[in-house]
Parts: sequence; C-alpha cells; structure tokens
Amino acid sequence: MHSQRNAGTGEAAVCVRDLAKRFQDVIAVDGVDFDIGRGELFGLLGPNGAGKTTTINLLTGLAKPDRGRINIAGVDAVSNPKAAQHLIGVVPDESNLYPELSGRDNLRFCGALYGMRKRHRDARARELLSRFGLEEAAERSFSTYSKGMKRKLTIAAGIVHNPSILFLDEPTTGIDVASARQIRQLIADLYHSGTTILLTTHYIEEAERLCQRIAFIVHGKIVKLDTLEALLQPVKGQHIVQVLLSDNALPPTEELRRVFHDVTLESTGPGALRLSASSPLQIGPLVNLLERHSLQILEMRTVRLSLEDVFVDVTGIERTAMNAGQVEGGQST
Amino acid sequence: MTRWIAIWGIFKKDLRAYYLKPPNISWGLIFPMAWTGMFFIRSGLGLESVIELLPGGIAISVLFGTTSMLAVTVTFEKRHRSFERLLLAPLSLEQLMLAKTSGAILFGTVNAVVPIVLASFLADLSGVAWATVVPAIILIAVVSTFLGLFIAVSVREVFEAQTFSNFLRFPMIFLCGLFFPLSSLPVFLLPLSYALPLTYGVDILRGAITGEHMLPLAANFIVLAAFCAGLFMLSLRNVRRRWLL
Ligand SMILES: Nc1ncnc2c1ncn2[C@@H]1O[C@H](COP(=O)(O)OP(=O)(O)OP(=O)(O)O)[C@@H](O)[C@H]1O
Ligand SMILES: [Mg+2]
Repeated sequence: MHSQRNAGTGEAAVCVRDLAKRFQDVIAVDGVDFDIGRGELFGLLGPNGAGKTTTINLLTGLAKPDRGRINIAGVDAVSNPKAAQHLIGVVPDESNLYPELSGRDNLRFCGALYGMRKRHRDARARELLSRFGLEEAAERSFSTYSKGMKRKLTIAAGIVHNPSILFLDEPTTGIDVASARQIRQLIADLYHSGTTILLTTHYIEEAERLCQRIAFIVHGKIVKLDTLEALLQPVKGQHIVQVLLSDNALPPTEELRRVFHDVTLESTGPGALRLSASSPLQIGPLVNLLERHSLQILEMRTVRLSLEDVFVDVTGIERTAMNAGQVEGGQST
Repeated sequence: MTRWIAIWGIFKKDLRAYYLKPPNISWGLIFPMAWTGMFFIRSGLGLESVIELLPGGIAISVLFGTTSMLAVTVTFEKRHRSFERLLLAPLSLEQLMLAKTSGAILFGTVNAVVPIVLASFLADLSGVAWATVVPAIILIAVVSTFLGLFIAVSVREVFEAQTFSNFLRFPMIFLCGLFFPLSSLPVFLLPLSYALPLTYGVDILRGAITGEHMLPLAANFIVLAAFCAGLFMLSLRNVRRRWLL
C-alpha cells in the first residue's frame, strides 16, 4: 500500500494551524493542528459529533473559521477560500447530486463546473461510470439509485476533475459490506495514483486499513496524531490469549503465574481469563495445566491487538460507542 | 474560459432540470393569463382596452415567470445540499449567482412574449415603441429574478420562499399600477408603490405601449437598474452570512 510516490513527506498539501469553530454554544472544532503531506492518505478518526465534517467544511471553504490558519496547496484558504477550489475534490457525507439528472449527466455537469470541455467530460464520465460499475445505471435518474450506488456516484463526482487533493467524509458509512469494500479499494487506488486524501471515518478498522497517518479527534480536539506504525507500537509485540472456562470456574491463578512468569494475568469476567505477554504464549502447556486442574475449556483464542485498543486507550471511548448502529461487517475480527 | 463553461453548464442544467418541465411552463403561463383575463373582464370595455392592459399583462407574466423559479433553483438545492457543489466550484459567488439566475431571467423574458402575441391578434400594436419595450422587459425580468433570489436566500424552506414571494407578488399587482394607474390608489399607499421596482418597469411599458407615463424613461431605467444592483448585492450578502457559516 505504501508506494514510492506516496512518501507523505516533503512540502505539505494541507497545513492547518490552531483551527477553531463554534456554533452558538457548541465548540465544534477546538484548536486543531495537522499537516497532510503530498500524496498522503490522512485519516481523521472520531465518534459522531467530534468535528470531522466541520473540519472538512472549514478546509473546503463551506464554513468560515473563528480563528486559525489553513493552507491548501500553498494558498491561504482562510483569506481566499476560492483560490484552491479548482485543486480540491469533496465527497460529502451525504450524497448530494441532482436527483432528476441521470448518473451520466450528473458527472458531466460536475465536470462542467470545473471548466472541463464537453469531449473531455463525456470521456471522463464514461471512464468513471465503468470504473465504479455504474454503466448499466448510467442513463437512469440519480433518484432511482440505491444507497451504495449513490455513494459511488458521489465519489465519482468528487474526482471527475482529477483533483490533486481529495476530502472524503465518511465514504463507507451506511452502506453494505460489499460496496464498502469496493469503495475502500477505490480509495486505495486513488492514493496509489498520487492523490492526497483526507479521509474521515468512525470505523477504526477502516482507518487502520487505509491510512498512513491518523489523527484521533474527540470533542473538536485532536487527542493523538501519528503514523499508523507509531500508533500501533505500544500494542505491537503483545501476545494475548483469551480463555473461557465452563461453569464459571476459577482459574488456578497462582500456578499459572508460576509457570508463565512473564505473563500478565487478568480476569475479564466469570470463568474468563486473559493472558498477555511480550513473546508468543505456549498454548500446549497452558492447556495441560488447565486440564490437570480438571477445568473444561469452552473457548481459547489468540487475539491480535489493533488500532482499536490504542484508540480506546487514548480516548476512553469504547468501540461499541464508535460503531453504534453500524451495519457494516467486513471488518477484521 | 473555464468559468464560462461552468456558468453555461449551470444555466443549461437548470433549464433542463426545471424550466422546461411542463408544470413550470404551464404555471408561468396560466397564472398571468388568468389575471390579465380577469382585469379584461372587469374593465367591462371592449377590445380597445386590450392595449391598456398589455403593460400589466407583460409585467405580471414576467413577475410570475421569474420569482417562483428561484424557490426551486436556489432554496430547494440548498435544502438538498446540492447547492454545496456549486459553492465548492471554482467560481466567484457573483458568477455563480448570475449563472443560477440567468435561466429565470430568460424564462421571464420569454414569458412576456405570450401576452404580446395574444394582443397582436386582438389589437393594433403598430404604435408600440419596441426598442423601449424589449429592454424594459429584460430589466423587469432581471429585477424580479433578483427579488426572487433575495427571497430564496433569506429563507430555509421551499414553502417559505413560495409564501414569502406570494406575500410580495400579490400586493404588487395592485400597488405597481399593473392594471390601473397609480393615480387611482389612495395617497397613503403611494410611498409603498414607489418603493417597489415593478412600478418603474410598468411605467416604461405603459409609456412605450400607450404613450402615457409618469416619470421620464431614463429615470425609470436608472431606478430599475439600481434595484437590480441592490437586490443582487443584498442576496450575495445573505448567502455569505447565512450559508457560509
Ligand atoms: N451548522 C451547525 N449549527 C450548530 N451546530 C453545529 C453545526 N454544524 C455542526 N454543529 C455541531 O458541531 C459539532 C461537530 O459536528 P460535526 O458535524 O463536525 O461532527 P462529525 O465529527 O462530522 O460527526 P458525524 O460523525 O456525526 O458526522 C456537533 O456537536 C454538531 O452538533
Ligand atoms: Mg460528519
């Protein structure tokens, strides 16, 4: 996923300093700082109401900041929000194309908005419709599209003019697993072709799978920002085994501690046990020991720690709270 | 050049998506015709009154053909967030709003042809100063479009835009001297008449069609142009203040 072109270093495509915005008594964005390197795929990960959409609106000129600086492709976007708009593409969190126009006409129209000539935008519409698998629905009005199709066409419309910087606001929220996978693949492809991308999401796995660098945003503040690798560092060499014993049996903690001396033991519920260590755990001896105590093992599994654990640790927000109402499966478990 | 492509694209899209739809076309025609017909019957005069009613018929056709469209092309699109696409396009707000209103201006201007064609069958129009009528129609179309725009950007919901524009349009039929001269209005209403742009537009049409007018033509044109500029600027100010939060 990390290509040569997308080093993510060098001069920043987007540079944000002390950005703040409040709506009446709600502080939506509260002194946010970040840079996005050219060709980088940067993730803004946060729960509902964290300020992700507001940040995108501020960056793209749809809202005016109360304070702070925004620089997009070298242009001061606060004093001159129009100057960089030809370089950016925006995919909003809701599909906002024209319901009465066909899929093809929507794309053609969006091309025209960016000054593309007729031949060029016709060709581009054709190309995008085929790339997004929407050729068959191309002549149908947008209002007849399914949610997933709408989302795909909305993404296509956001890139019709080949923007060098793309803002994607929760591109996979509320659509089925297969469509979400396709969309993630499309995002990865765009990244590989050199597009700078700011992706907001509240799916931790999505950020983990796609982004090079991730900022955790909560209540309008960035509480952590680092490369995926650095974020995962604390959980990296951690090996975890979860055991569930029948009849809520008590595990022989003393003996376990003696045998597995560099292992941390933790009771996670009645009959449930969690062992973590910095080197791979020996499953055989563990099973033997439990069986010697005539304990019946209902379940035993090794767990790979992920960004989710880091996120929960940093923000105190549980995954269940983040993904409330999520229909989407397809995430690694 | 790229901006012209965008402006032309918006104009064409609005025409296709909204203006050329049968309900809009028929409402733009039926309503003004009904009003003109009503005044014709009420005047109790014969065909010689047709020429007297023509300025009002033209003005009302333009007014209804333009103002109601902005509730759809602007308020509706804002409500459904497709307007955000336009705000994100590399166009200045001035260019964008001119593009969004150009369809309504054209539609209103074309609407004015209907009463003229009808009148040409019923009355002798040889004395009409067309060189004055045509620019007057265009200017009335512009001013009433911008009035519609101002309403459209000052409300949230489509029905509010429609209610508010009716709230303005119906009194204007009586206050702007469309079908009877201002001199027949009670004096205390006159300041209100002179505060409405259509009064000046109708005065030009009356002068060009029947030869009777209150103010010099040039003065009427200047006041109308000033209304156009003022309403356009107020509309842009509202968009900047209320939509780009
Ligand atoms: N126009 C507005 N008026 C008032 N409050 C607003 C407005 N826009 C956003 N807010 C508030 O600002 C906060 C941040 O909202 P924002 O939409 O940026 O969050 P988000 O991270 O995009 O959430 P979600 O994941 O639900 O899309 C919320 O508390 C929201 O209610
Ligand atoms: Mg949002």
